[in-house]
Amino acid sequence: MSTTTMNATHSHDDHGPLKGWRRWLYSTNHKDIGTMYLIFALIMLFLGGASAMAIRAELMYPGLQLLDPDLYNNIVTNHALVMIFGAVMPAAAGLANWMIPLMIGAPDMALPRMNNLSFWILPAAALMLILSFVVPFFPGGGSQINTGWTLYPPLSLKVGMSMDFLIFTIHLLGVSSVLASINIIVTIFNMRAPGMTVWKMPMFVWAWLVTAFLLILIVPVLAGGVTMLLFDRHFGTSFFDAAGGGDPVLFQHLFWFFGHPEVYVLLLPSIGVLSQVIPAFSRKPLFGWNSMIGAMIFLASLGMVVWAHHQYTIGMSSAAVNYFMIGTILISIPVGLMKFNFIATMWRGSMTFETPMLFAISIVIMFVFGGLTGVMLAIVPADMQYHDSMFVVAHFHYVLLPGAVMALFAGVLYWLPKWTGNMYNEKLGKWFFWTSLIGFNGTFFVQHFLGLAGMPRRIVDYSIQFAEFNFISSISAFVYGLSHLIFLYLVITTIKGIGTTKAKPRSWEGAQGLEWEVESPAPFHTWEKAPKIDKEGHYVK
Amino acid sequence: MRQAAKIFSLILGVLIISGYAFAEYGLNFPAPATDIGQEIYDVHMFTMIVSTILLLIIFTIIIYSLFKFRKSKGYEADQNFHKSWFGTWSWVMVPAMVLGVDFYIAGEAQGVLDKFWNAPKQNCAREGANKDHCFDMNVKTIGHQWWWEYEFPEQGVNFNGKFYPIKVESRALDKDQTSEELYLRDVDNQLVLPVDTTIRFLNTSVDVLHAWWVPELGFKRDSIPGYIMETWATIEKEGTYRGQCAELCGTWHAKMPIVVKAVSKADFEQWIEGEKAKLLAKLQEANSNKDWTKDELMTKGEQVYNTMCAGCHQVSGLGLGAAFPALKNSPVAMGPAAEHINMVLNGKNTMPAWKQLSDIDLAAVITYERNAWGNSASVVKPADIKAAR
Ligand code: HEC
Ligand SMILES: [Cu+2]
Repeated sequence: MSTTTMNATHSHDDHGPLKGWRRWLYSTNHKDIGTMYLIFALIMLFLGGASAMAIRAELMYPGLQLLDPDLYNNIVTNHALVMIFGAVMPAAAGLANWMIPLMIGAPDMALPRMNNLSFWILPAAALMLILSFVVPFFPGGGSQINTGWTLYPPLSLKVGMSMDFLIFTIHLLGVSSVLASINIIVTIFNMRAPGMTVWKMPMFVWAWLVTAFLLILIVPVLAGGVTMLLFDRHFGTSFFDAAGGGDPVLFQHLFWFFGHPEVYVLLLPSIGVLSQVIPAFSRKPLFGWNSMIGAMIFLASLGMVVWAHHQYTIGMSSAAVNYFMIGTILISIPVGLMKFNFIATMWRGSMTFETPMLFAISIVIMFVFGGLTGVMLAIVPADMQYHDSMFVVAHFHYVLLPGAVMALFAGVLYWLPKWTGNMYNEKLGKWFFWTSLIGFNGTFFVQHFLGLAGMPRRIVDYSIQFAEFNFISSISAFVYGLSHLIFLYLVITTIKGIGTTKAKPRSWEGAQGLEWEVESPAPFHTWEKAPKIDKEGHYVK
Repeated sequence: MRQAAKIFSLILGVLIISGYAFAEYGLNFPAPATDIGQEIYDVHMFTMIVSTILLLIIFTIIIYSLFKFRKSKGYEADQNFHKSWFGTWSWVMVPAMVLGVDFYIAGEAQGVLDKFWNAPKQNCAREGANKDHCFDMNVKTIGHQWWWEYEFPEQGVNFNGKFYPIKVESRALDKDQTSEELYLRDVDNQLVLPVDTTIRFLNTSVDVLHAWWVPELGFKRDSIPGYIMETWATIEKEGTYRGQCAELCGTWHAKMPIVVKAVSKADFEQWIEGEKAKLLAKLQEANSNKDWTKDELMTKGEQVYNTMCAGCHQVSGLGLGAAFPALKNSPVAMGPAAEHINMVLNGKNTMPAWKQLSDIDLAAVITYERNAWGNSASVVKPADIKAAR
């Protein structure tokens, strides 16, 4: 492999990180960039979380209390965008940056300068997003974005200049994630240590490989859709304007052609994390190795052709809805297989229950639940009721919070000893787990009832028949939100080494993989000399 | 099927909620009032029961393994479990089982779907119509920002159903208002429909996307400008059914309630006659060349204002935040009449155009705005509006 020749041309004495801000701004080191991704994601998580708290505070009682309707809609829009594009995707990219080179025995990502670029586009995009939020508060700033993150025209054609800021934000985010995906694919294809065939790659690396391909396929579609929106807004085209011969529904198809696979973009890296965590704490290998890979590829492929289940109520032909209904129900096959493999990994294992494992177990249960409400939603006639109700809100939070966010927490806690050299405080970890578990379920479980009883989503004010459950939901949401301060405290104390113990290179008894062969904390440069992998896929000292 | 659903929902209800203390809070769909709604309800219960059973099985297996296979109990991990015959073949068995459940569910759903999706195209009254699959009447539901307009094409009746009543400022958390049972669930003009009549709903919008949703009828349909959606149902039970707009449509999305009042055929006929008479009276009024006094205009104007304009400008005329300007002391409302008329007729930015209102209504509301809340400016007559159009 080319890695060995590369190392020979460098002398190693002057090879530490740059000092001060240059270390970060100019960084081409996968660990530093991974760290920046993770910190960025954490900041965005708290921003998105604050917006969620504002939403729940407004909905705590019937009547308008805190927010004007348009501000409420604006916050709803931003909550989704910040969480998806600001928190979950960058956090997953941060894990990829940190762990993929360590796991496949590569010295760094294949394209380090592009890596730097794809990260530093993100703060610019975040700034643009914040501008789109605040611009309406200045004189002449136009109206607020009151469309939700789906940006459906004709409503989005009527919004003021905020919408233009948002469209450019989406372009920037798209560029960033496509660059990151290219980098990940090239790294995985070219930088693996000798002996590590694709079939021996850790599952987390596999998950990211599938994710990266998926991202490259779908992001351009969204970019195209919002560009058409921009043209409709400013250049007199009428792609989406019925009065000009256009079709408002076309945008929905473009959006969900991106939007549905996007769910799997959020989910798959977390499946990868769980595939590392569950075997480690069950002390036995992942069950169903090949079927896991097959399921991920099947999920990604099938996920690309079922998008219109988000739009049953627009009235497609009977053949079309039948197809989308059956296709969507079939998603349960790969997902069921994955969850089955996780459970079978725990079966006859020798389990211990450190925080990452607690998260993993609860994720499997809650995700299965979210998946089953997903099957309910896939049933077209029943969806005529569920659609656009709080039932949908409950459903997708049950898949995305456990499936994406909590699994990322599990991953962060699992690898934190490797990054910082310190074992986090397990007691704090358990506090975080239980408060967030209770808060989460309290917030979203009752929303199923609200939706069935007839409460639509995205409303700023509601009839008093919905008051009790909304109150329970809001109180639980505050508990859930506050629980993340424990996480913040836990991460900071672990980094600073306050009240922690030193981590061993193999920080968890059952942890497997190349990342546990290097010291903790992982030195600035690792695997400058490629490790050797034997036929079984094990590291040869 | 229906019986099994009932038994299971009972068991579930007892299991999860332990007694019916919560029953009044609405944990499930409200009881359907239409034939289609009942079938949709049954499919919903069916999938929910299948899902619950699956969830319980999976939950049990996980809980069992959590207690059985723990290191603290000295359980040694079986390092070869994934190499057993089960490990080798589970990738076939699991998908096959899931597929079986999937097709079972999809099969149940498909019948209802085909029936629901296939709306009748012919009027039963027409000669040679297929009597098994025809509709007795059409109802057009048209979304506006932010109210619903209803049209009975065969009867020639057309009216608006708007959020009602606007008693207090939206901003204030007024306990009197929010504790009212029908807060956000009442309209000025209810949509009256006959029972035991096959109704075809035609759904569209004039501005942005909306969705017409009454849970008791069993479905919702998007209202899309440029499209006309078809759905159909036969209401079987008399009663008042409430719903609201379900697709985010901008600022006052939360204030687009729908009230359907299902009555007997005879009562419906009577109601339609009343509506026709109302329309006729309006038409006569518009053509009567009556000279409206300021007081008459103010009284009528207050009504129009409170239903059409107060959502944004508020009853007090003080507006709402930066987005909706106050009309009290507004330079437009206190300025020359022509500009004021132009603003209301043609709109500006988020301010809608109100061309569809009658000359009298417009004259009344503009006069009201110019003379309410301590404003004082000229009176605008219907003839001024006619001239400005
Ligand atoms: C959708 C909310 C909305 C509704 C409903 C609404 N308006 Fe407005 N109105 C506005 C907005 C927003 C403006 C400011 C327009 C601008 O200047 O960009 C405005 C401005 C006005 C003005 C000018 C005020 C000024 O000082 O600039 C008048 C007069 C007015 N509206 C009258 C009416 C009347 C009469 C009705 C009812 C028939 C009505 N509005 C209903 C939103 C609304
Ligand atoms: Cu609406």
